[in-house]
Amino acid sequence: MTETVELSIDSKLEFVDLVASVTKSVTTKMGFSEDDASWIELAVHEAVINAITHGNKSADDKQVDVRFVAERDGLTIYVRDYGAGFDPSTLPDPTDEANLLNPSGRGIFYMRTFMDEVEHSIHPEGGSLVRLKKQK
Amino acid sequence: MAQFTIKERQAGDVTILDLSGKITIGEGSVQLREAVRSQLDQGKKKLLLNLGDVSYVDSSGIGELVSSYTTTNNVGGHLKLLNLTKKIQDLLMITKLLTVFQTYDNEAEAVASFN
Repeated sequence: MTETVELSIDSKLEFVDLVASVTKSVTTKMGFSEDDASWIELAVHEAVINAITHGNKSADDKQVDVRFVAERDGLTIYVRDYGAGFDPSTLPDPTDEANLLNPSGRGIFYMRTFMDEVEHSIHPEGGSLVRLKKQK
Repeated sequence: MAQFTIKERQAGDVTILDLSGKITIGEGSVQLREAVRSQLDQGKKKLLLNLGDVSYVDSSGIGELVSSYTTTNNVGGHLKLLNLTKKIQDLLMITKLLTVFQTYDNEAEAVASFN
């Protein structure tokens, strides 16, 4: 059985907590452990922050779409922005000695660490799409 | 919503900042940056950040801890961390930042380490 929850927010940081609340509700309902639930929440938070700030460049007229798809084997979250898209393979490794003191560049690393699958793609109708999956 | 607060106290010449709430891009990061800069501007260069009541940190918050560390080092000061929660410890460990920060879970030991 598949259940889907979708929400769209304006590109404002004040709405990120709303996404966190929905994430918490979904993971609780699905029975994830407290630890897994909090790391999923962080991964979704990082994806939404990236969509707002890097994807949409915080533009008032651009939204971030978040879709949660709950299935028996796990939870998949899609985060879409309406920006120009980017290539995550060009990101420097934040754990490299030379990058340890960089103030930024850890968000995608945390997503990849805490989720089982993370995939970045260009949405066919424009913008970036991030797919995050956590197995149950 | 957890409000982010910073309370300042002195232990000899060590300034302890008790942080409480969330350190994220929308909330605590800017306040933390301003608090550390304010201490350094006053010539207080031995800073101990007490993270025991920090409920949530994102990558921006971790980045702000790193910035605070480098800003303090750049003026000849020292910034150390006290009472890391398990979550913050995990976030620092996987990005190898536990090799950068000096961390303590005992306040007296942390204060003594500055001298």
